[in-house]
Amino acid sequence: MTFRLAIPALLVLAVAAIPFAAPQLQLLMNLALAKGIAVVGVTVLLRAGQVSFGHALYFAIAAYAAAFLSASMPGADLVLVLVVAVAGAVLSGIIVGLFVVRYRGIFFGMLNLAFSMIFWSILEKFYHYTGGADGIRLPRPTVFGMALERGPFELIMFYLSVALVLLLGWFTMRWFASPAGQIFQTIKTNETRLQYLGVSPQRALLSGYILSAALCGTGGVIMGIVQGVVTPEFAWWIRSGEMVFIAVLGGAGSVAGAFVGAVIYETIRTYASAFAGDVWQMVLGGFLLVIILFAPKGVIGIYDAALARLTGKGRSE
Amino acid sequence: MRKFLLTTAAILAAPIAALAAEKPAELKVGITTFLTGPASVFGVPARDAAEIIVEKLNAEGGIGGVPVALSFIDEGAGAEALTTEFRRQVEGGAHAMMGAISSGNCQTLAPLAEDLQVLNLMWDCGTQQIFEQNDYKYVFRTQANATPEMLATVLYLLKVKPDFKTIAVVNQDYAWGRDSWQIFSAALKALKPDVEVVGEFFPKFGAADFSTEISRLQAMQPDVILSTSWGGDLDTFIQQAAQRGLMNTSTFVIPLAESSLERLGSTLPAGHIVGARGDHYFLHPDRRDDADFQEFMAAFREKTGAHAIYPVFHMSQALAALKAAYEKAIAAKGGEWPEEDEVIAAFEGLTFQGLGREVTIREDNQGIEAQLLGMSVQSGDYPFATLENIMIFDGEALTTPVGQESVEWVSKLTPEYAASVKVDTYEK
Amino acid sequence: MNLTIFLLALFDGIAYAALVFSVAVGLTLIFGVMRILNVAHGSLYAVGAYLTATLTGYVLALGFAPLLAFPLMIVSAVLVGVLLGGPIEWLLLRRIYNKPEVLQLLVTFAVFMILEDVQRLVWGTQPYFQASALQALGMVKVFGVNYTVYQLILLPLLALTLLVGLRFFLRHTILGKLILATTEDREAAQSIGIDADKVFLVTFIVGAALAGLGGALASPTTSILPGMGADMIVLSFAVVATAGLGQIEGAAFTALLIGLGRSFAVYVWPETAVLVPYLIMLIVLLVRPEGLFGSPTARKI
Repeated sequence: MTFRLAIPALLVLAVAAIPFAAPQLQLLMNLALAKGIAVVGVTVLLRAGQVSFGHALYFAIAAYAAAFLSASMPGADLVLVLVVAVAGAVLSGIIVGLFVVRYRGIFFGMLNLAFSMIFWSILEKFYHYTGGADGIRLPRPTVFGMALERGPFELIMFYLSVALVLLLGWFTMRWFASPAGQIFQTIKTNETRLQYLGVSPQRALLSGYILSAALCGTGGVIMGIVQGVVTPEFAWWIRSGEMVFIAVLGGAGSVAGAFVGAVIYETIRTYASAFAGDVWQMVLGGFLLVIILFAPKGVIGIYDAALARLTGKGRSE
Repeated sequence: MRKFLLTTAAILAAPIAALAAEKPAELKVGITTFLTGPASVFGVPARDAAEIIVEKLNAEGGIGGVPVALSFIDEGAGAEALTTEFRRQVEGGAHAMMGAISSGNCQTLAPLAEDLQVLNLMWDCGTQQIFEQNDYKYVFRTQANATPEMLATVLYLLKVKPDFKTIAVVNQDYAWGRDSWQIFSAALKALKPDVEVVGEFFPKFGAADFSTEISRLQAMQPDVILSTSWGGDLDTFIQQAAQRGLMNTSTFVIPLAESSLERLGSTLPAGHIVGARGDHYFLHPDRRDDADFQEFMAAFREKTGAHAIYPVFHMSQALAALKAAYEKAIAAKGGEWPEEDEVIAAFEGLTFQGLGREVTIREDNQGIEAQLLGMSVQSGDYPFATLENIMIFDGEALTTPVGQESVEWVSKLTPEYAASVKVDTYEK
Repeated sequence: MNLTIFLLALFDGIAYAALVFSVAVGLTLIFGVMRILNVAHGSLYAVGAYLTATLTGYVLALGFAPLLAFPLMIVSAVLVGVLLGGPIEWLLLRRIYNKPEVLQLLVTFAVFMILEDVQRLVWGTQPYFQASALQALGMVKVFGVNYTVYQLILLPLLALTLLVGLRFFLRHTILGKLILATTEDREAAQSIGIDADKVFLVTFIVGAALAGLGGALASPTTSILPGMGADMIVLSFAVVATAGLGQIEGAAFTALLIGLGRSFAVYVWPETAVLVPYLIMLIVLLVRPEGLFGSPTARKI
């Protein structure tokens, strides 16, 4: 049991030490954390047995909301930008959610895909408002009224991301344990029972859907701010696929797995494209295949198994 | 575990401590280019060119006795990987960076390079906005931008086909397609106000089929059809248009087609206006008899099996600029290795020559580059179309004056201006 | 809009729909039988196109007639089916039929990523263009507008043949009936002695070959270049989902709907042409979640 807590705690400490111990990993880690938050959004839906192939939609909506806000209100405060962006994602999550929660399985996935592709087409097409394929710049917001240089600003963003990871991760796990979360997860195992209990599965799914949109939005806006630019690629279907990919890589349904998966994914992707520029997709694809075929429970599954073996041994001795 | 992480971190952090003032063992240059994705039609030849040029450069003693070491970053791997890797190289001690091909990536990397205080040469991207919207200290462009490229195209069109009445445009739906049309149409309106724009199409980037657009264009019969598309999109459009006879009834103006000539083979008929984003052409009339030019072209052909296209020229210019700037700074310091600021200062008014004519860096860090256009002809000398009636326009008069905004500036041009731009004409 | 323009848009729409259908039909067949949404379908499409261009170029260089390009399309399609489709099913998909849908989808996603790089390693980054098949058939002039016989006549005819042929194959041949039986109820089919593994293998090979055929048919009309598969797969998804998963006739109808919608958009309001397929998909799925032709599945309790 001590292992189970000690190792994650050590990992968090190691991540928090990165800006000082290994500053060149800071940006990479920050992007991974942002992506990880978004992947938790996908993970939430996986708990209800639903896979969305379009959650990049919320990722992009939040990022674009932030960019539009910063363009119309130069020097807007970071907190304001975050709040507006996530509100944008939540609002669109409610609207789209009202439609899609009536569907399950592949239809749920395809509908989400359709919504995200429409948004992507609009971003690409209405060039004069959205900047087209090149996207729009997202200038650095001020922090409590101060305009910061890149260095300190990135440090703030990094620790803000770490804090959000812990906060949102904790919140999501609490939500899973709450009655609302329990009902939500029953959709996967036995939806009909919910109806017998007089609970609307639609409403239960909607609440989870909105949570997932908010999480994806949070990830998207952090990604946009850290990058300083938002592009339609944020909404592209491969981005949605990537989120599902990371969720499975980390361990389907596991919140911690989403972050571990995002860090592993981002590291492999960056180093593969740096050192094997011609074949980075192949490296990632091969890695994914190995995980699915030989460790379908993902990294967290491997970790749990290793831990069980370790503690099991401890007991037998 | 933690100890392991910290040790790894310490090892990774070590190179940052290196001092920049000493003469380095090698000059590290990071180049962003497309190795994957549709734009790799530009990125891969440019990478090959960089390798050829640097190999020769190092064989001749490098820059001021220091060999150049290149590393490439794939722009096709997405913005996150690009910025992450760009920073990793800068923080790992790169002396100069060259980014990028994509205008969007230039918009991202220029402010980043400025913050990281690293020299960045924008070696290929076309957006005119960067220096018009912001001042940069560390960022230079070693070639022209969209404005002179489009303006030269309009001037050439007016010279060879002064009487046309109608024009339609088929551009890729992204920043370059939209921006280039904005500049082109503004210049056309100013220089020849009686032309009517009969159709504007922006099929999506990477579109595989233009049949419907071509049917519509055939029904409209415009005198001139402009397309600033490139790569597979342009090839497809030209092929489909040629197959269906559209190229017999309208004159095509295709300012990036120099990069597609060899692939299009015998498909591209004679009599269409071809541009090259600068004075870039493997049979450059001023340069084709020069020994260095011939030597490079032979080496490039041997390495890649293809003829050089404009990104190759752009790459040669960026590397020539880097070399010229270092040598100027070394000379100014009496032979000693310069500090970064001294190299930056050397770029002011720097003149250098890649594979084309000489290029000069202006006070706003924009390069002044000549523009070459010609008319396609199937001469039989090559299994693809080459150019005749070539004109090389002087870059100075084509480039938006410092401090002005391009579209506004071209909108105010007059027909007298068109006559005043210096141009050299070559039969072929 | 006058009648001429209406007819021109109609022709363009039909030609485009024929191409889209020939790609989407393989996807819907695989889904109908195996319940797997094959993301790698787009890559198989691209490989089919590349292979056709290479083989045709090679054969033409030897001095054969351009008409030989047509049999080479079939050869390429079969090669894609057997050399790529076969191993993918046999080595990968077979291991994951009892795993959750997400994992099945991700396996094909991984194959897609790998094949994208394989294409680049084999064929490089420069676009290919090999239009001799299309040129061999010449042109036809309608209302003063030139169309290629290949796109205006041959492609729609082939699409129709494909539709009828596939229908015949599934309803009137032994193998087709075996496939349908396995689709209905895998366990029951196995209990009466059908080798479901073999049926799945054959289906996947046929589906993959159809993707390759789609690419082969598209190859004379367009530049073949990296990334062409990624675009096609989303469009095929839209067709298949709108039609109802596994609906072959439905896919034909939907392809037509999307093709016409797109070409009329180019005439009426070009800016919206890209949106059309997804808008159609969205509207249809919101009204009929199981797709235009799909039947609602009984819910398991």
